[in-house]
Amino acid sequence: MAGKESDIKVRIQNVRKTYEGRSGEVIALNGVNLNIHNNEFVTVVGPSGCGKSTLLNIMAGLLSPTSGKVLCNGKEVIGTGAERGVVFQQYALFPWLTVYKNVLFPLQMKKIPQEEADKIAMKYLKMVDLEQFKDNYPKELSGGMKQRVAIARAYAANPEILLMDEPFGALDAQTRTQLQQDLLETWESEQKTCFFITHDVDEAIILGQRVVIMSARPGRIKEIIDIDIPYPRNQATKLTNRYVALKNQIWALVYKEFLEQKK
Amino acid sequence: MKKLNKEAEKWHNRGWLALSVLIGIGFWTILSFIPRTSRVFPNIIEVSKQIAVMIKRGVFFKDIQSSLISIFAGYALGFIFALPIAILMAWYRPVRKVIEPWIQFVRNIPPLAYVPLVVIGAGVGRKPQIIVITLATFLTMSIIIYSGILNIDDTLIKAAKVLGASDKDIFLRVLAPASLPFILTAIRLGASVALTTLVAAESTGAFAGLGMRIRSLNNNFETKPMLLYIITIGVIGLIIEKIIKFLERKLTGWQEKRVI
Repeated sequence: MAGKESDIKVRIQNVRKTYEGRSGEVIALNGVNLNIHNNEFVTVVGPSGCGKSTLLNIMAGLLSPTSGKVLCNGKEVIGTGAERGVVFQQYALFPWLTVYKNVLFPLQMKKIPQEEADKIAMKYLKMVDLEQFKDNYPKELSGGMKQRVAIARAYAANPEILLMDEPFGALDAQTRTQLQQDLLETWESEQKTCFFITHDVDEAIILGQRVVIMSARPGRIKEIIDIDIPYPRNQATKLTNRYVALKNQIWALVYKEFLEQKK
Repeated sequence: MKKLNKEAEKWHNRGWLALSVLIGIGFWTILSFIPRTSRVFPNIIEVSKQIAVMIKRGVFFKDIQSSLISIFAGYALGFIFALPIAILMAWYRPVRKVIEPWIQFVRNIPPLAYVPLVVIGAGVGRKPQIIVITLATFLTMSIIIYSGILNIDDTLIKAAKVLGASDKDIFLRVLAPASLPFILTAIRLGASVALTTLVAAESTGAFAGLGMRIRSLNNNFETKPMLLYIITIGVIGLIIEKIIKFLERKLTGWQEKRVI
């Protein structure tokens, strides 16, 4: 990867997070170190309960680490910030607002003048191809459409870093493939630093420039694999030898962690 | 196409309702002819005539008015207390831990049981009625609103935070609209509690009112006006519920599924 020191957007430094569980202290994360470059697309895979969501919440500023720290643009992350956007698995759309008003929400929070805000909101609704649904309420949309609104909303806030917590996890296979494709196109047209959590190895490889593999409890980074497949990627990419080799390699690592955790 | 279907369904439902009403009245009429039940169920014509009788006695509208005043005063006060206390209970653990057991405890006591005590404390007249209805509606509404607020999806608050919402924004733009459905449910169920409590509230020392009148008619075994009054309470309840349901549809039509 572009490994210039000055190019680093996010530094995760020795992050540790513990919870008070029923049977004593639970270590969710331990000694996590990772540098993410500007406009890089990093995906994270690991067995459930490996603390990947915890890590994302710490990066978002929704949780604070027990020790260690996360630096964003060289500044320590304390609380949420406009430069970091989040897309949640459960969409988290405001059900009482129409699609349009949902996308408008972050712009209103930033006190952007109505006329300009409207332009920005419409631009991103167009990007996710939902302009004709702008006056619908979330309950009238399918899961895939809801997630597209959530992505448009996250983009409208114009963060430098997009944190995505298994955003396509609740969708059926076809919709998921479609949204992966859309997300790649969006990322290529309007580059942002992306940190994308998934449990799906295929998803991790097709999207990411680097795949971070996390180990079971206590959550640590086990390995980082460079995905040296050029963009644009699509479904045909999954048939190439390089892809299959990478998938085998990553799958073996993830599966080992899964077995490890079962023990 | 869809609109037509909706229209058709509306008429369909009205048809069923009409049938249901007819069957109910038919059943009532049969009961009015059976000697054993005719005394308790005078027929519909006899009962309707009582409207004129009670108006002539100068009590019918006075009773309705008096009851409505008690209901709305008690109910409004109940809501004014319930809303902030429910919010405090949802946000502050100590408040919840101290208050909730008492609400649950008193909620299970039928109001009829403590009416005499209230009358001893507050005297006769309107005051004890309002106190009893306030208490009963407060208990129901505070529990509904509070458990609703507790169940607000945490990710919505997180989403608002990462989208740059301040604490004030979160309260006004997330928590308030998210609790609106529960508040409306509380208002609807509170209304029915207010009505059920009414008869108990008017049981001692009331000078007018639907509940009071039923008891006083009972002293002379005047079953015809009694039945009229009982039905009147039911009709008032139905009207209040219709109005609130209309508001719910207008204000919280965005909801995924209907509650209760």
